Amino acid sequence: MAQRTSTARPAPAAADDPSGMPGRFARALAAPITSRIPRADLDERDPDFIRENLPRLWLLTSLWFRGEIRGMGNVPEDGPVLLVGNHSGGNLTPDTALLTLAFSGFFGVERPFYQLAHNLVLSMPGLGFLRRFGTVAASPENAEQALRSGAVVLVYPGGDWEVHRPSWQSGRVDFAGRKGFVRLALAHDVPIVPVVSIGGQETALFVSRGERLAKALMLDRLFRLKVLPISIAAPWGLNVGDFLGHIPLPAKITTEVLPAIHLREEFGDEPDVGEVYDHIVQVMQDTLDALVAERRLPIIG
Amino acid sequence: MRVEAQIEVSAPPELIWEAITDPSRMLDFMSGVTRWEVAGEKERGLGARYRMLMRVGSAEIGSLVEVVECDALRDLAWTSITGIDQRGRWRLRPMRGSGRGRSPRTRVEFRLAYGVAGAGFFGWLSERIAAPQVRGHLRRSLHQLKREVEHEQLRIDAATRRKARGRSRPRSRAS
Repeated sequence: MAQRTSTARPAPAAADDPSGMPGRFARALAAPITSRIPRADLDERDPDFIRENLPRLWLLTSLWFRGEIRGMGNVPEDGPVLLVGNHSGGNLTPDTALLTLAFSGFFGVERPFYQLAHNLVLSMPGLGFLRRFGTVAASPENAEQALRSGAVVLVYPGGDWEVHRPSWQSGRVDFAGRKGFVRLALAHDVPIVPVVSIGGQETALFVSRGERLAKALMLDRLFRLKVLPISIAAPWGLNVGDFLGHIPLPAKITTEVLPAIHLREEFGDEPDVGEVYDHIVQVMQDTLDALVAERRLPIIG
Repeated sequence: MRVEAQIEVSAPPELIWEAITDPSRMLDFMSGVTRWEVAGEKERGLGARYRMLMRVGSAEIGSLVEVVECDALRDLAWTSITGIDQRGRWRLRPMRGSGRGRSPRTRVEFRLAYGVAGAGFFGWLSERIAAPQVRGHLRRSLHQLKREVEHEQLRIDAATRRKARGRSRPRSRAS
């Protein structure tokens, strides 16, 4: 449920940092956190644990978020698949909880399903259980390993950038030009299934990504964090960073799973990465526009 | 958690049995069920397997189920192999006094026990919260089954009457 991302780029090495005093101080601060980032082990996913927690997810998504998911049948019945979603809800993302429940309910917990997450999410104390749900750190190696094993992999290309967008941009798909997922799908010749959700950005009043603040504090270099989000959220009021999470408002979450896109069938043997990226973002944006049009009131849905 | 519903249908058990054992007809009357497809070589009868999904709350959830009891025209029971734990049963019983010159009537009972073993308190809670919706699906399914089967029975009765009328007509014109 925590913020996930697919930033499929290696983190800049700490050695690249400026050698000045602030750089050394920041490196010292980052070391204990980065050392907590676990190595990806697909075997950590625990189907029994997921199954036993489905009722909890069901209660959360059905009662609190009044979730509604459509089109799960669009996910191919077998073989590796790359699910590509838009990301909403700050550090607590209800759309991921809904998708995990819907996937496990639809295909059964026996079908391997992994979610790529930001390094920091996996290194946060108390979030170790996410690894048992199949969450692995976002890196090209982990994604490749999961797809090679025949699993379904969920990526949120927009990652921390998109998930903290201001609430008034709720109806915008913003992948910030991150095209790693297209290269990944092409390299493994797997279909892409776009997943579009609405409602997550109404679970708090997201005011700003705080990207300048993040840059000033060198969070982008140290933790791959391009943002230091500022929001008004329960129970904190003014919430900077959202590191401790928040109590999300009970906004209705609606998710639509779109038909699979087989890249080489639709774009030829040597698809242009930019063209595929534009197409997928456009398809997702059109779907989100329709979901926005369907929504009568914020939070209520 | 076990939920059940029952209804009286003005039709013989044969017609109802045909409807509930034919996987291609399940979606015609099963409420909330979004998928009921054959998983395996056997289409019906003991050992037949189906992949089923029911929309409850925020998602479609279901199981791979196998028919474990098939007492023709009386009982059909299935249990889950993977997915949500479930045990279901159709129970058909001809009603007393029906069939002797009167139109046949059958009592149909639909039972479903479901849950997630080992899910603890939240499992217990979610089963109870889902119960009204699941019970609603069962009741609606029975009403839809009744409507479908009774229409079929009406068509059969009408066809029988037409046939009888045809037989009783004098053949003088033809000759």
